[in-house]
Parts: sequence; C-alpha cells; structure tokens
Amino acid sequence: MTALTAFQARTRIRPTTGWIVPLLLVAICVFLVVGSVQSSLFAQQTVSGLANGGIYASLAVALVLIYRATEVINFAQGALATFATYIAWQLLSWGFSYWEAFFATLAIAFAGGFVIELVAIRPVERRGNQLTVVIAAVGLLILVEGAIGWIWGNQVKFMPSAFAPHIYRVGGVAFSRQDLSTIAISIASVGLLWLFFRFTKVGLAMRAAAVRPAAARLVGVRVSWMLSLGWGLAAVLGAVSGMMAAASPSVLLQPSMMDGILIYAFAAAVVGGLESAAGAVIGALLIGVGLNLVSAYISWVTPQLLLPAAFVVMLAVLLVKPSGLFGRTRVRKV
Amino acid sequence: MRLRAPTVAGIAATVVVAAIIALLPFGLSDYHRSTGATVAVFFIAILALNIVTGYTGQISIGHGAFMAVGAYSTAILTHNHGWNDLATLPVSALIGFVAGVIVGLPALRLHGVYLALTTFAVALAVPQIVSNYPNFTGGVVGLSLPSHTGMWLYEVSWAVAGIMFVVAWLLLRGRTGRAFRAVRDSEVAAASSGVSLAVYKTVAFGISAAMAALAGSLYVLVNNYASPTIFGLTLSLYILIGAVVGGLGSLWGVLVGAAFVELLPLGLTSAGLGSSQSVPVIFGAVVIGVMALLPLGAATLLRAALHFGSQIGQHSDQPLGTEGR
Amino acid sequence: MGVLLALSDVDARYGQVQALRGITLAVDEGEIVAILGANGAGKTTTLRAISGTVRRTGKIELAGRSLARTGPEVAARRGVAHVPEGRGTFSELTVWENLRLGAHVRRGSLKDDFARVSAYFPWLEERRTQQAGTLSGGEQQMLALARAVMQRPRLLLLDEPSLGLAPLVVAEIFRIVRELNEREGAAVLLVEQNARTSLAIAARAYVLEVGQVAFSGPSDELAAHDNIRRSYLGY
Repeated sequence: MTALTAFQARTRIRPTTGWIVPLLLVAICVFLVVGSVQSSLFAQQTVSGLANGGIYASLAVALVLIYRATEVINFAQGALATFATYIAWQLLSWGFSYWEAFFATLAIAFAGGFVIELVAIRPVERRGNQLTVVIAAVGLLILVEGAIGWIWGNQVKFMPSAFAPHIYRVGGVAFSRQDLSTIAISIASVGLLWLFFRFTKVGLAMRAAAVRPAAARLVGVRVSWMLSLGWGLAAVLGAVSGMMAAASPSVLLQPSMMDGILIYAFAAAVVGGLESAAGAVIGALLIGVGLNLVSAYISWVTPQLLLPAAFVVMLAVLLVKPSGLFGRTRVRKV
Repeated sequence: MRLRAPTVAGIAATVVVAAIIALLPFGLSDYHRSTGATVAVFFIAILALNIVTGYTGQISIGHGAFMAVGAYSTAILTHNHGWNDLATLPVSALIGFVAGVIVGLPALRLHGVYLALTTFAVALAVPQIVSNYPNFTGGVVGLSLPSHTGMWLYEVSWAVAGIMFVVAWLLLRGRTGRAFRAVRDSEVAAASSGVSLAVYKTVAFGISAAMAALAGSLYVLVNNYASPTIFGLTLSLYILIGAVVGGLGSLWGVLVGAAFVELLPLGLTSAGLGSSQSVPVIFGAVVIGVMALLPLGAATLLRAALHFGSQIGQHSDQPLGTEGR
Repeated sequence: MGVLLALSDVDARYGQVQALRGITLAVDEGEIVAILGANGAGKTTTLRAISGTVRRTGKIELAGRSLARTGPEVAARRGVAHVPEGRGTFSELTVWENLRLGAHVRRGSLKDDFARVSAYFPWLEERRTQQAGTLSGGEQQMLALARAVMQRPRLLLLDEPSLGLAPLVVAEIFRIVRELNEREGAAVLLVEQNARTSLAIAARAYVLEVGQVAFSGPSDELAAHDNIRRSYLGY
C-alpha cells in the first residue's frame, strides 16, 4: 500500500471523488468569507443561512441515522419532530421554564421514538420489505400530523424562544442571538451524538448493528434493541430541529411545520450521501446558506420557489454523482 | 396482474364487478355518485402508479404532480380558452405523457431510494411552482370549472377508468409487459438480453404519467375546481398508499386500494367512528396495521379468496427492495 | 472433564431444503473437535445451528443449559464465540473497534484482555486505527480470532479458518488455535475442508455427509482408516 492509500485506510471519511469535493468546499468557504467581509447583507444572510442549515442538519442526521440502520427513509421524521415541538409548547404553557421544557421534551422524544419503533415499525419490518416499511412510515406521518391537529387544533401557535431577542453588532453587521444560538445548539447536538457513537460501548454496538447486523448478533449485540435506540436518538435530533425551527421567526408552529424542512433535510442527506452523517451536515449548511443567498440576491426567486430550487440542487447532485458527495459509490450486484 | 390466460373465475369476477360498478349509481344520491367518481379517479391514478412501480420497479412518490399537470391542462383550457371539458382529456393525456418522458429521462440515472426522494420532492415542488405563476394558473386562488351532475361525473370517470383498465391489461399482456417485468426483476439481466432499458423505462413513465394526467383532469372536474393545494404531498402519498395497500402488481389490488383510500376516511366519519380530526389518526394506524399484517397488500387475500390457484410467486409479486438486509 | 456441548437429533432446513438430519455430537470441556466433509455436507449449518443463526429443531445444550430456542445474541452471552465463514469482521470499523466488539458481552475492565490479545497477535497493536476491511485475508482471519479471544469464550466455533489463505498463514492460524485451547482452556469445534491440518490438532472428528454424521472417532483412527481417508478426507 502506498502512503496515501494507507492514510486513507486509516481515516474513516474517504471522499470517493478524491480531492475535488474538499477543494470545492474550501472554495465555497473562501467565497463566503470574502463576501461577508465585503457586504454586511451577505454576512447576515450567510449567518442566518447557517442557522437554517443547522435546523436542517439535525433533521438530516436523524434521517441518515435511520437510513443507515434500516435502509428505510423515515418520511415521518418531520411530523415526529413537530409533535415533539408541540409537547415543548405544551410544557411551556403549563409554566415550565424553557430549558426544563427543552430537556424534558428531548427525553419524551427519545422514549417516543423508541416505543414507536417497537410497536409500529418492528412488526412491519418482520414480515415486510423496504417498501412496506416506507408505507408504514407514511402511515405514521399521516397519523402523527392528524394527532397533532386532534390534540392541539390546527391554528398557528406561538413558540417562545429561550433567548430574549438581541442583536449583536460586529463591524457594522447585525447578527441575531437566535441565529447564533441555533447554530450553537445544532453543532452541540450533532457533536454530542458523534461523541456518543465514537466513544461509547453502546454507540459502537449500534454502529456494528447498522453495518453488519448478522455479525453483530454473533458478538452478542441485541440488534433489534439497537434499532429502537436508533429511532429514539433520531427522534431526539428531530425534536432539537423542531424546537429550533419553531423559535425561528420565519417558521410558524402548526401541524405541517416541518414538511418543507423535511425536504431540505432530505436534500441535505442526499447531497451528503445518504449514509454519511458528516456529509448530511455539510449538505445542510450548504443548502441553508445557498438558499438564503439565492433568495436575497436573485430577485425572481420568490419564497415559493425555494422548495423547487432545493429540489433542483438535489437532482443536480444526484445526476452528477448518484451516491452523493460523500457517499460510497455502490457497485450494483449482477 | 398475473399474466396467464384469463381464467373463467377471473373473467366472471371481472364481469360481475363491472356490472356492479355500472349499476351502482342508480341507487346512490348525487353526492355519493361524485364520491364514486372520485374512487374512479384514484383507480386510474393507482393504476398509473402500478405501471411504473409495480411492473417496472421504479419508485415514484410524485404522481400527484402528474395529476396536477393534467388537471391544470384541463382547467386552463376550459377556463381560459373555453374548451369543452371532455375534449381536453386527450390533450391532457398527451401533455402528461410528455411530462412523464421528461421526468423519466433523468429518472434513468436514479435508482431506488434516490428516485423515491426525487419524485417526493417533485410532488412537493409542483404546487409551489403552480402557485407562483398566478396569471397563468390562477395561483392559490385557483380556477373554477363547469360543474356537472354526479351521474355524469360517475359515468365519465368510470368509463375512462374502464378504458384505462383495458389499455393496461393489453399493454401488460404483450411484449411490452414482459419487457416491463424483465426490467423490474433484474435490470442487468434485462439489459443483457437485449431489452432496451432506456426506452422501456421512459415509455413506462410516459404512459403512467399520461394516465395520471387523465386522473387529474377528472379530479378537477369532479371538484369543479383546480387549486394547487389539492395537489400537494398528501395526494401523492394517498396514491402510493392505495397502490401498496391494494397490492402492487395486482389489478384487483388497484380497485381495493382506490376504495380504501377514498372510502375509508369517509366511512369512518359517517359511521360516527371519527371526527374530521381523528380520521387521519385512525387512517394512519390502519395503514400501519395493514402493512404489518398484509405486507403484500390486500391482493394476497383476494388471490386466496378468488382461488386464482397458483402459489404467490415470490418474484412477480414482490415489487422492489426485497433484497433482504 | 465434562461434556460442554451436546447436540442430539438436530434438524435444520433452508426453505425447502433439509440441511441437517438428526445430527448428534458432543464436545468436552477443553477439547478440540473437527467437523469434516465435502461441500454441502452441512458443516457450516451445524455451527449455525449451535449459535442459533439458522432455524433448527432438536436438543442443543451448552453446559447443561439449552440453546435450542435462543438466537446468536444469547449464545454469545453464554460463552459461544462463532467465527463464521467470511470471518464476520466489521470491515467498516477499525481493528480496535472490532476487538472492542468482541468483548461486547464482557463486563469489567478490558485492559488485560487487550494485553492478552497483543501477546497472540503482536502486530495488532500498531494497526489499531486501521480500517479492518483494508487488512489482508490472513490478517482479517487473525483479527476474527483475536475478536473471539476478547470474548473469553468457553466454546469457539471456527468455520473454515483456512479458506483462501496461503499454507504458511494457515499454519500460523492453527498454531494459535492450539495455543488458545491450551492456555485459555476454550473448547474448539472446527469446521474444515482441510482435513489433514485439522486432524493434526483435533482430538476427535466427525465426518458429515448430506446432513448426517457418517463417521466419528479419534483423529488418529480416522486418519489411519484408508477408506475414510480416501473417500471423505480426500487424501
């Protein structure tokens, strides 16, 4: 093995296009920095784009988590996130402090995700195939959104933020505290999850169960529990995403709150290569910033065209590189 | 649909069902007749989805978008240009076919879950695009269409449905059908045996989209109204659910699926088992339950019940994603 | 030394095909036993039946406790380490992570275990962070063995450890297996097509034919018996 391939063997992320992709990312970063220095509007849009990206990233990683373990796209992930956000809202309206509600919601989301996998998904997985599980997820989506409307009604609700609105000024550019904290919280949640997977025994077991379930069983890993755990963690990430979304000024708390965000999260996951969480995060940030800049600088792109725009991006990436920027190129078995 | 020579039982059952469908509206109120017309609409849409997903294995969760294409063709022609609504149907099918081919071409490069996600995004994107150009499409406010009696709607919709049924049946019997199934079962094998993959997959998409477009045209006629919201994600999801719950690759399943998707929610409300708030919850739960108990859809029950006799061939019934983990 | 593993009248099928018919065999504590036979005779399936990776009926007892209704996770917890065909290495994970997973069922500190493993496989230490899939075939086999060692099993099930490996590597692996057996006291049930090498380290052997036990006995007897050697063992 040459030194290069040995190095690549030792590191885990192996860009399948060699160095083109990292180079591209560096170029983008340079572009963003230069633009921000030049124009305060640019800087503001970039930062709030990063905040949006953070929201998409949490949800995207949740999707990747479940996809890696089961090769199923959980179409209900957004609805579950919305449900969790409603729970947070409810706790707040009962008088809990923001952070109490926040962490309680995370705990409830975890339990909920765990139980849902156990009760609704496992029976389907047992006898069905991928498509069957996807349909069950779609059924879950309808169920959960319906449940939200049933329990809380369809009117828009107001979700307070943890942080009193505050503007930071740096060199004549205004950044909102909400945006900055969204970025921080998103990084923190994804980062904590990464630490969990990298350094704990259970995290390792979950990874093993996701890549090679049969081999994992042989070493004593209870693969089905790992699956439930995965759904629980995904629900937690979704809850974070939902709560950040609801706190952001442009998103309203209503049953369909996460529908559009789910698409952006899908696009991010796909761009990053469905099996790479890191890729999904990068994809999410790119989409967040990209869409913001596009809507700020290209006048004929109205808010309604943003969703189709994200779709075009997703399609473009898939056509050029079907397995995403960081995905493993799958060899199709004959 | 299983493609052996039609059995006596099969033909008899078809005739019976056709007779029931033909005679039913005479016993129904006008409102229920238009509900029946909606079932026909879903029948056509699910049939369309079956051609793409059930028979060629390409997944599309975006057929609502094709319905929108057809719907708006009809709506714009009748509303803005005064066409007779029935006359717009062939045009709608044609435009749908073109749209399907346009989508089918990039779809050639996408597989499995990526195709599903892309079509899902299309389903969400189309209503947005529609509402973005109000001068052309009437935007969010929508376009109104001439209204008709429930009976007219019922008869027209089921007539079209019947025609589509025959078209599908003929298509799937012959060489095209065999080619479709070959593509679904193994793309690589199909390609190496000379089936031109690109052509068949694109044609499948085109035909499927044309059918869906017709369904869309009928849909807005039934509602006498076209607006982007009715072609949202929910519609595509319901078509997909109907297809899978009925059983992919099964013609009877299409009928069951259409009835399930349209009638179950209504049935629950009228039976007093649910308010408009709780119906989605029950519906979603039922879908999950059906997937747990009948993973291959209701068609499995139907086959057993109608004694179609052959074993549920693993290969020709399981549509996709059946490679185990 | 008592009986560790007892199989009695075990059947197994893959769909319509019956792979095992009435398999009866036993392994004592600390013994090395070989299962030999041609391709398709049911050797791998026997190991799968023990660990619970395949659906089976019949009596399967490990130290008196039944394994008949349990899956591989439970077998692992009870002290069975199954190194399957294809080694069951997690190619996407690092060497170190593979070893760590080997000890999944263990509680307590693993420091001593890493030391033990390094003693058998000194080269593992410097390759800790290497992705397991990039190791050579022989190295992966040794990693699989090392993983089993981490588990501190009572019974080691080895499925064709020599498959696809050069003779020198095979010799090394068998030497380590014997050392493991002597030092750790683990019983070994070894499935092999390479009859010669297996009979060299195994005390007893069973010869399978179409899912049934055709012959069994001490290794030297089997090796000496001309007919058996020629028909079943291929030499």
